[in-house]
Amino acid sequence: MAAVELDSTNGDFEKLFSAKAKELMARLEQNDLTGAVGLIQDLQKVRDENLYQEIGQLTRALHESIKKFRLDSSVQGAGSDIDEANEGLAYVVNMTAKAANTTMDKVEESMPLSEGIASSSAEINQEWKRFLKKELAPAEFRDLTKRITVFLESTDASTRKINKNLSDILLAQDFQDLTGQVIQKITTMVTDVEARLVNLVAMAGHVDQLTGINHGKIEVEKKEEDLQQGVGPQLNAENEEDVATGQDDVDDLLSSLGF
Amino acid sequence: MKILVVDDFSTMRRIIKNLLRDLGFTNTQEADDGNTALPMLQNGSFDFLVTDWNMPGMTGIELLKHVREDDRLKDLPVLMVTAEAKRDQIVAAAQAGVNGYVIKPFTAAVLKEKIEKIFERAEG
Repeated sequence: MAAVELDSTNGDFEKLFSAKAKELMARLEQNDLTGAVGLIQDLQKVRDENLYQEIGQLTRALHESIKKFRLDSSVQGAGSDIDEANEGLAYVVNMTAKAANTTMDKVEESMPLSEGIASSSAEINQEWKRFLKKELAPAEFRDLTKRITVFLESTDASTRKINKNLSDILLAQDFQDLTGQVIQKITTMVTDVEARLVNLVAMAGHVDQLTGINHGKIEVEKKEEDLQQGVGPQLNAENEEDVATGQDDVDDLLSSLGF
Repeated sequence: MKILVVDDFSTMRRIIKNLLRDLGFTNTQEADDGNTALPMLQNGSFDFLVTDWNMPGMTGIELLKHVREDDRLKDLPVLMVTAEAKRDQIVAAAQAGVNGYVIKPFTAAVLKEKIEKIFERAEG
């Protein structure tokens, strides 16, 4: 990788620099001013050459990164990796919404069917118990047998429909596989972008060294969470002290406040 | 019992509506953020408000504050159902006058318990 190569050239430069500095001291001690000035010019030249080299490498790495992630918006319709990630995440939202809706459709369709079976069987059961206790009149019994026939037929149809719906619900979970793949791809991309950025920063650091530029400590702006707006689900609730880990925790907190 | 369910995700509104129906509450309406919900509340004689926190437009906590500031709405029971789990937020909701706080993901049993508790307290 470019960074490794860079380190070595930088190392050479440092060695040369310190060797020349010692030589410079020696010349000054010997009152050889002309030689000393010549050395300083040499040093300047080496530094300039190194600087150009470093800048060249930095520029190349930048170009490569832009090419790699297709971030160059001047190329129409190229679709950068960021665009692709956005599209991927929109796909995840759509897929999960579709699966949730399909599942709820099927559940809403199935619930009245199972409720129907439950209420009919409860009714028939009551009559059946009366029959076993020989409390049913012949006309009532004839009525019961008719109701049992209807019940058996409708239960057959209802359970088939419920089974079909359950199987559809099962299939609706296929989003997990598809969205998982998309998210994994985006995770890889983000990690890659991060690694390249870190590399670019390291290369730029060498340029700073050679030019003697000191940026001071770069303050990384801490992103203030807007609790009023809402910050969304906590991904590591267990490890954060200021986060409720579950409903019990919420209830404890509220009861401590007099709820 | 007329209930307004406010959440920016339609699937979550649907889940809450279904759970409410199982609890016997069939008269529910929906809004997707505070800005839509507030006029509905002001014009609609609702008996209960279930709201998310994090929504574009007006958030749930702002909606709660508006409700408490409104003379006609100030006594409306409000249940927050949200993924917001920071202690400071829960305290802020309590201070703003929330009647119950359920964090997502939640179970039907938790939702039922909190709703029952709110109405017990309202009656008692």
